[in-house]
Amino acid sequence: MSWEFFVGHVYYWLFIVLMMTGLYIVVAKGNLVKKIVGLNIFQTSVFMLYISMGKVTGGTAPIYPADLNIDPNVIYSNPLPHVLILTAIVVGVATTALGLALIVRIQEEFGTIEEDEIVIIEKSIAREENERYRAATGKQA
Amino acid sequence: MLVVTALSVVRVTSLFATAMFSGVFSLLSALLFVGLDAVDVAFTEAAVGAGISTVLVLGTLALTSRHEKPSTSSPVIPLFVVFVTGGALVYGTMDMPNIGSADAPAQTHVSPDYMERTPHEIGIPNVVTAILASYRGYDTLGETAVVFTAGIGVLLLISGLGRRRKEEEEDDGESGAG
Amino acid sequence: MRHHLILRVITKLLVGTIILFAFYVQFHGDYSPGGGFQAGVIMAVAFILYGIVFGLEKVQQVFPPWVVHKMLALGVLIYAATGIYSLFIGYGYLDYSALSPEHPEHGQHWGILAVEFGVGVTVTGVMIAIYYAFANRPPRISDEEW
Repeated sequence: MSWEFFVGHVYYWLFIVLMMTGLYIVVAKGNLVKKIVGLNIFQTSVFMLYISMGKVTGGTAPIYPADLNIDPNVIYSNPLPHVLILTAIVVGVATTALGLALIVRIQEEFGTIEEDEIVIIEKSIAREENERYRAATGKQA
Repeated sequence: MLVVTALSVVRVTSLFATAMFSGVFSLLSALLFVGLDAVDVAFTEAAVGAGISTVLVLGTLALTSRHEKPSTSSPVIPLFVVFVTGGALVYGTMDMPNIGSADAPAQTHVSPDYMERTPHEIGIPNVVTAILASYRGYDTLGETAVVFTAGIGVLLLISGLGRRRKEEEEDDGESGAG
Repeated sequence: MRHHLILRVITKLLVGTIILFAFYVQFHGDYSPGGGFQAGVIMAVAFILYGIVFGLEKVQQVFPPWVVHKMLALGVLIYAATGIYSLFIGYGYLDYSALSPEHPEHGQHWGILAVEFGVGVTVTGVMIAIYYAFANRPPRISDEEW
């Protein structure tokens, strides 16, 4: 593994470390709000990885001068990933808003936003419904 | 610094600090985007991530709790999953071209064509807006529809319920007293 | 928020500047980084800031909820209508050169302006609507406990 290979790829590995931190927060933490924040971190580091693929060394932002005299010696970075990531950022904030609205409703219905407590409450609700159903059909049959 | 911020989100238990750290993370990533020549993306990420996302998380905290219960389950399985996924991704980057190389496949197919055609077909200097609104305008229509759907979803979930519940309580109070 | 004098004074000064900046970003999307999304978010932030500092009733007097709900749909309608208009004239859907057939470049300019305006209107409406929805609920933690 040559030094040039390492320097050319170390950014990708850094972004992968950030991604895995976000993924760890989503998987391991029980609090729902923290999961949403971890999802945001994961999304942002994916964007970083994607945009780093569009960068050209020595390039500049893909905006021409205002009078459109394009100097053929100036290198521009690739604008296509920027467009896709703009869409992705907005979709990400839409997802976050919906997720947080769901959390508010969960808090009102269950009284808690810790994942393990919600599982316990849901199991007890399911058990009660099963017993009620068995009692009702038992009487009918 | 980005890694330190992300790791501190893992460790702190106060949810208010988590919201603040996510705002800091968004602003630092906007800086990184500027360094990667993506100025439109940096603008949007700073406005949306550090502005709207932080406000929404703080609004949720005001309606729910402020502290997280410290976790009691062991972190071995999540760590294992994270390491396996990270290893697979690193293995995938081995084949990628070095950062910034000008002959990468991402640079050679469609983008030079767009950058050449923009000055005389559309005539605006900002190539990103030209691609977003004109060459890929249909995708932007879909994205606007996604934002619209998210707004409607939030309105359906949260908007009228407080008022209806207050009216129900008033009715119950009246029927109980009367 | 009665005793936060500095916040109130600074907010009154800043809100006008923020709205002006939002218009600047919206219409200069062709020449500098910007465009519909950024402008919509910045405009919404101006109203959210006013609502946070001065209270929800005051900002809802300026921007009533029914206006916000209409704005949500209006932006998407503007965008889709631009495409349908060019369809009626005889060009393809969302083909901006239909908007001025002798100068396709001017048609592109008009098309991009109209489309970005639609996007900005929708994004503003959505952000303000989400803030109204979250702020309308009675909070569980009172102001002193923060």
